[in-house]
Amino acid sequence: MTAVRFQVAAVSAVVALCTAMSSPALAQKKYDSGASDTEIKIGNIMPYSGPASAYAVIGRTEQAYFDKINAEGGINGRKIKFISYDDAYSPPKTVEQARKLVESDGVLLIFGSLGTSTNGAIRKYMNEKQVPQLFVASGASKWNDPKQYPWTMGWQPSYASEARIYAKYIMKEKPDAKIGVLYQNDDFGKDYLKGLHDGLGAKASMIVLEEAYDTSEPAVDEHVVKLKAAGADVLISITTPKFAAQAIKKAAETNWHPMHIISNVSASVGGVLEPAGLEISQGILSATYAKDGSDPQWNGDEGMKRFYLFLAKFAPKANKLDAGVVFGYGAAQTMVKVLQMCGDDLTRENIMKQAASLKDFEPDTLLPGIKINTAPDNFAPIEQLQMMRFKGKSWELFGDVISSELSH
Amino acid sequence: MSAAEEVVAEGHEAVEAVPKRAMTLGTGTSVVVLLLLLAVPLFAKNFIIFQLTQLLYLGLAVLALNILTGGSGQFSLGQSAFYAIGAYVTAVLMEQFNVNYALCLPIAGVVCFGAGFLFGQPALRLSGVYLALATFALATAMPQLLKLNFLEHWTGGVQGLVVTKPDAPFGLPMSQDMWLYYFTLVVTLAIYLFSVNLLRSRSGRAFMAIRDNEIAASAMGVNVALYKTLAFGVSAGITGVAGGLSAIAVQFVAPDSFTITLAIQLFLGMVVGGVGWLPGSIVGAAFIIFVPNLAEGISKGLSGAVFGVLLFLVIYLVPHGARQVAIIGQQLAGKLRKN
Repeated sequence: MTAVRFQVAAVSAVVALCTAMSSPALAQKKYDSGASDTEIKIGNIMPYSGPASAYAVIGRTEQAYFDKINAEGGINGRKIKFISYDDAYSPPKTVEQARKLVESDGVLLIFGSLGTSTNGAIRKYMNEKQVPQLFVASGASKWNDPKQYPWTMGWQPSYASEARIYAKYIMKEKPDAKIGVLYQNDDFGKDYLKGLHDGLGAKASMIVLEEAYDTSEPAVDEHVVKLKAAGADVLISITTPKFAAQAIKKAAETNWHPMHIISNVSASVGGVLEPAGLEISQGILSATYAKDGSDPQWNGDEGMKRFYLFLAKFAPKANKLDAGVVFGYGAAQTMVKVLQMCGDDLTRENIMKQAASLKDFEPDTLLPGIKINTAPDNFAPIEQLQMMRFKGKSWELFGDVISSELSH
Repeated sequence: MSAAEEVVAEGHEAVEAVPKRAMTLGTGTSVVVLLLLLAVPLFAKNFIIFQLTQLLYLGLAVLALNILTGGSGQFSLGQSAFYAIGAYVTAVLMEQFNVNYALCLPIAGVVCFGAGFLFGQPALRLSGVYLALATFALATAMPQLLKLNFLEHWTGGVQGLVVTKPDAPFGLPMSQDMWLYYFTLVVTLAIYLFSVNLLRSRSGRAFMAIRDNEIAASAMGVNVALYKTLAFGVSAGITGVAGGLSAIAVQFVAPDSFTITLAIQLFLGMVVGGVGWLPGSIVGAAFIIFVPNLAEGISKGLSGAVFGVLLFLVIYLVPHGARQVAIIGQQLAGKLRKN
């Protein structure tokens, strides 16, 4: 008996010693709820049903990307568990799902949730709970507000950034322009308009007329005629697809040929330019930040080769023409990058710290030269775009990548 | 007719204008349900408490529709509009004018009563599917009205309004969620008791007379126009209170929160709970909150289809909803007792 007891004592002494020796290594491993030695739980909320369900492909692509990371061994040996719920694009449901993710599933963070009002509904909750709400899939500029909401960060260029880039382009190419603005009377349109004013700065007087339309109006013809009558020679069309097509048609009908810029939201060839008429759409300008998955010019591109390989292996059913696939891939890649940077310190605080210190990160699906940069006072990861011109049957990129920052 | 037959068949004394059984739960069952509602939050996580709060205020909204449809026989697919008005009145008063949340609710109720009463006036000329369509138009218009420019100063436009959640008063050792749950419970109970008594009162009998036969009712001296609009007003007022509670619990209002989908959900909740059976409102609310989550758990891509199949099963197997289940349960219990 005594011998056995001695053995037990010896074993426990050895165990104690081991623990003591390994403790410096252990001390560096820090976890908040949702992270462990083997797993990282990431929450997500997507409109899998309801009016915005076309965007759900973003969530499915992100799931596939995390499957890929897991198949390759995970992040520092930890597998990602991606828990994605449906909110049907209804803000109260988003609140319920976010609370379920945080309080019931115990996720480490919520990543890439889609929508402006849906994310707006949970922003206060997430910041009160101090759970990261990372890479929100919405173009509103309000996600870049680190002072008031230090736990919320966007990803894509905001509408305001895009508008600032158009302002820069116009001031450079056509310094004596008379700008006519057609904008949608909602948060999307107003965000844009504010960006345009900021971008023009002292030259805001270049704008000769701003015409607002409501989405309930059947057509924007009347507004286009007014803009023409005001003598504008640049038309900025801050419109959603249906209205963008109407504006293109009406301008052509009235034989008005201004420098026509349409928002990235409506830069779809199949959804806007073809219905409006390819011939009258020649020369229209817009801007973009991501590669077009269907454009053959990227076939030789290293990043896109990885993207196509990923699609073939992990998301064979995904439609590469769908911009949501390119988007989801890029966002998920950014998320993985942040988690890699966190190392073994998987606390919520460190995640926000790392997310705010991305330096020149280039996801595979962004245009060459567009780099993700963040800082403690800059929660807008993508702020560059490149201008493009419609020629023949597709968009042609031209000029340099332009930064939307005002000082440059 | 059918109600009277049922009562006779069950062996009750002469025809009672409003059979109590048909409207409420027995005393024993009521006490058990009440105790459960009181006790569960003490043992549940905050998230569950939040879901229960949702259950209560959505139950209240379904109850309001039940009074309108089950009581006075008028259809409405526009309840989301009154719900939105209630939510916005509460949110705007709380955030822009710093009014206490407990005061906001009655104000929301009164405003919505007014809105419902006014809407009831033109609706008088419509019945059946035409009324359903007119209310449908109201529900479709509401999100756009909330985005109107001249209201944006108060409503926050498309961005919506963030609402601050109230703390428990008097330093009670309770989380915000738990306090809000009990607050909602008290409001819900009060309105439930009010509704039961309303339907048993003279007005309630008038509602039901109109539902069963409008011409006969007016021949008996019931002021059809008044009671129809009154039913609309009461229903809208209760819906408004429910909307106000939702704004406080969810801490956010935006036009996107109050689309036609919400109106359809409420309608669905009423049918699943049993038209005209007030306790069924809570069951109906549980259906519209939990079954979509359940459906999503079964298949994410086909959650809508799974939900549809479940709904179809309910309608097919128990067309009178929870009320039918309750009656079957009661009969079974009765047989067991006899044995």
